[in-house]
Amino acid sequence: MDELLEVRGLHIEFHDHLVPETVVHDLSLSLSQGEILGIVGESGSGKSMTALAVAGLLNRHDMKKQGQILFEGRDLLSCPRSQLRQIQGRDIGVVFQEPMTSLNPVKRIGWQVEESLRIHTELTKQERYRRVVEALQDAELMEAERICRMYPHQLSGGMRQRVMIAAAFVCEPRLLIADEPTTALDVTVQAQILRLLKRKNREKKTAILFISHDLSLVRGLCERVIVMHRGRAVEAGRTEEVFEHPREAYTKALIAAIPRCGKGQKGGRK
Amino acid sequence: MHNLNMTAGSLITGFLLLAIITGIFYTPYDPEAMDASARFAGISLAHPMGCDNFGRDILSRILEGSRTTLAVALCTVAIGTVCGVLLGAFTGYYGGWLDEILMRINDALFAFPSLLLALTLIGLLGPGRSNMTAALGISFIPSFARIVRSEFLKNSKLDYVRSARLQGAGNLRIMFVHILPNTLPVLMSAVMIGFNNAVLAEAGMSYLGIGVQPPEPSLGRMLSEAQSYLFTAPGYALFPGLFIILMVLGFGLLGEGIAEKGGRHG
Amino acid sequence: MEEKNILTVRNLEVSYKKKAVGLFGGKERVSVLKGVSFDIRRGEILGLVGESGCGKSTLARAVLGMVRPDRGEVYHASEFPQMVFQDPYGSLNPAKKIGWILEEPLRLRSGLGREERRKRVEEMLYKVGLDPACRDRYPAQLSGGQRQRVAIAAALMLSPGLLIADEPVSALDVTVQAQILELLQQLHEEMGISILFISHDLRVVYRLCGRVMIMQGGEILEAGEAEKVYFSPEHAYTRSLLEAAGLLQ
Repeated sequence: MDELLEVRGLHIEFHDHLVPETVVHDLSLSLSQGEILGIVGESGSGKSMTALAVAGLLNRHDMKKQGQILFEGRDLLSCPRSQLRQIQGRDIGVVFQEPMTSLNPVKRIGWQVEESLRIHTELTKQERYRRVVEALQDAELMEAERICRMYPHQLSGGMRQRVMIAAAFVCEPRLLIADEPTTALDVTVQAQILRLLKRKNREKKTAILFISHDLSLVRGLCERVIVMHRGRAVEAGRTEEVFEHPREAYTKALIAAIPRCGKGQKGGRK
Repeated sequence: MHNLNMTAGSLITGFLLLAIITGIFYTPYDPEAMDASARFAGISLAHPMGCDNFGRDILSRILEGSRTTLAVALCTVAIGTVCGVLLGAFTGYYGGWLDEILMRINDALFAFPSLLLALTLIGLLGPGRSNMTAALGISFIPSFARIVRSEFLKNSKLDYVRSARLQGAGNLRIMFVHILPNTLPVLMSAVMIGFNNAVLAEAGMSYLGIGVQPPEPSLGRMLSEAQSYLFTAPGYALFPGLFIILMVLGFGLLGEGIAEKGGRHG
Repeated sequence: MEEKNILTVRNLEVSYKKKAVGLFGGKERVSVLKGVSFDIRRGEILGLVGESGCGKSTLARAVLGMVRPDRGEVYHASEFPQMVFQDPYGSLNPAKKIGWILEEPLRLRSGLGREERRKRVEEMLYKVGLDPACRDRYPAQLSGGQRQRVAIAAALMLSPGLLIADEPVSALDVTVQAQILELLQQLHEEMGISILFISHDLRVVYRLCGRVMIMQGGEILEAGEAEKVYFSPEHAYTRSLLEAAGLLQ
């Protein structure tokens, strides 16, 4: 098996209250090169915790992690911090939900996109700048050179999310973790961002772990899907299969909660 | 009951209040009666905390002095809180030019350390217990006003205020029935800290001789008198000092406890 | 007209003073609503769809008199129109118990006695699908969905003719969302209230609303029966919205 990412029996527990609280129960998943895997669930389902754990960003002292997160055969949970830092940002890129807070408000855009190049490569200043501009252009931002000199507050939400994507892709990672990347955006912008992610996946063969509460988004984007509920994966499989023939009661309820929009399927009465 | 601060604070404050209330009805000796034969008497059954340089019973004086100190501190905090809440509520809720003018004045006052402000006011009003209370109270207003204002400013933008208005609540009702309870956790811990500062300020000012006037005892006054006899009668300074520490500690812990409780709530 | 429409809005214009940029920046005014006209018929649910910044929340506030319009008329044919907000964390007073919150409108405007008020609160809690024991809880002790039920209950205490719901389900999980929509539908039928339902979510609006208005840049671009707007949109912007939501046939 040459899976890019393989999670085996992941178990996450918090100890900040008197009774330990388990947020992820025995979760396993795998993701191969160039694939898009969706994780859907409502708030509290543990989907974001899973994303953070895979990104190696769950290092709080009041929690316990068990299981394995194998990235190209290396266990991210047990490997030394220095190795983890090499993988973060270079091999694994992350895009978060809130484009307002995931960019540093006092640094210029160019500097922020450049950061992972500064850390992970030996490129000269000019080469780095060229790569940054390319990355921004590739994220479909007009006037990339001007944007490099701007600050986050001068950009709209959609543009900020494009900057985040450019920053995540600047080192050409093999895996992108996208945690609700379009939730804070308007529908039309949302559609553009999804198209961008899809194109990146196709062109660069980047695998994407796409976390969302929105079933219709996941349905449009992902080949396979995992449905999470209260920390457990309740159902997994090919997206069409799961949506057409859901087996679990929870999945059925989740699908039934999407308002139908076909002609004559109107729920509202006069 | 995991709120250790609250428990410890209530115990210490409870003990102090008990002592003070006892002092109203009964003191072993007249706190102001001198007895030349008992000058600097040590700790004994007759005088559990010894006697001072005039042969006055220290325990009796502490029981009465604590009451004075507590009364000064309570009045001070009451003046600061009431005026601060009114000022902060109106400026935070209405904003606009009223807010600008009052808060600039507030900023100017805030720039002085509150003790310095109180000293200046006493310079104008003259020394004495009631003048000191008034001066300290006024000097506390700016910090309270500022805390209350920022809470009102924050809350007045929330949707629950909008919905109260739609339901027909008037401005005064919104301010004091809807918003004020939400500022209580922050306000209460400010009150407790303010109370501590007041106890210390009273002690400081009486120590400087511009607060409570002799022969009336207060904890600060006693401490200042004891200073000259630190080596001959260490107990004279020790016990009033201990009571000041207990008072500050008790109310401080209570404040922490209330803040903790409030934080858990919201 | 008064008989048929519960709300009439004509040529409503609202602008904000933009914060001066720098010391000598001019006082620019930004126009948020550029002459909006519409009616809400008695007993209908009217949907208002638009993306962020299109002016839909400003419209709600101007209709309820929370924002002063520059020009235009708002005519209410009902008393005490009420509003349900997006964020159920901010719309309930965190320092008060649910019972107090629900009694407040009655205290202010009904003149009912204590016992009668308590009875009404209990009935309303039952109506919105909550346990009457919720009365003694604080908002922080309820889930998001329960809180939104309380917010709806508070808005309905005075039996208003018109309810304005500004993104009432956007902050909720999908399954909870469906329950709250169901509740609104049911209350609409039982109590005959008219609702102005504001949302960015085309699917949710389609589920609930008979008529729909599409808003962009402070103007209403298109309005009509939901079926017509969704399946034969006239405006290019409406089409792009539908396409982005994957609803264009």
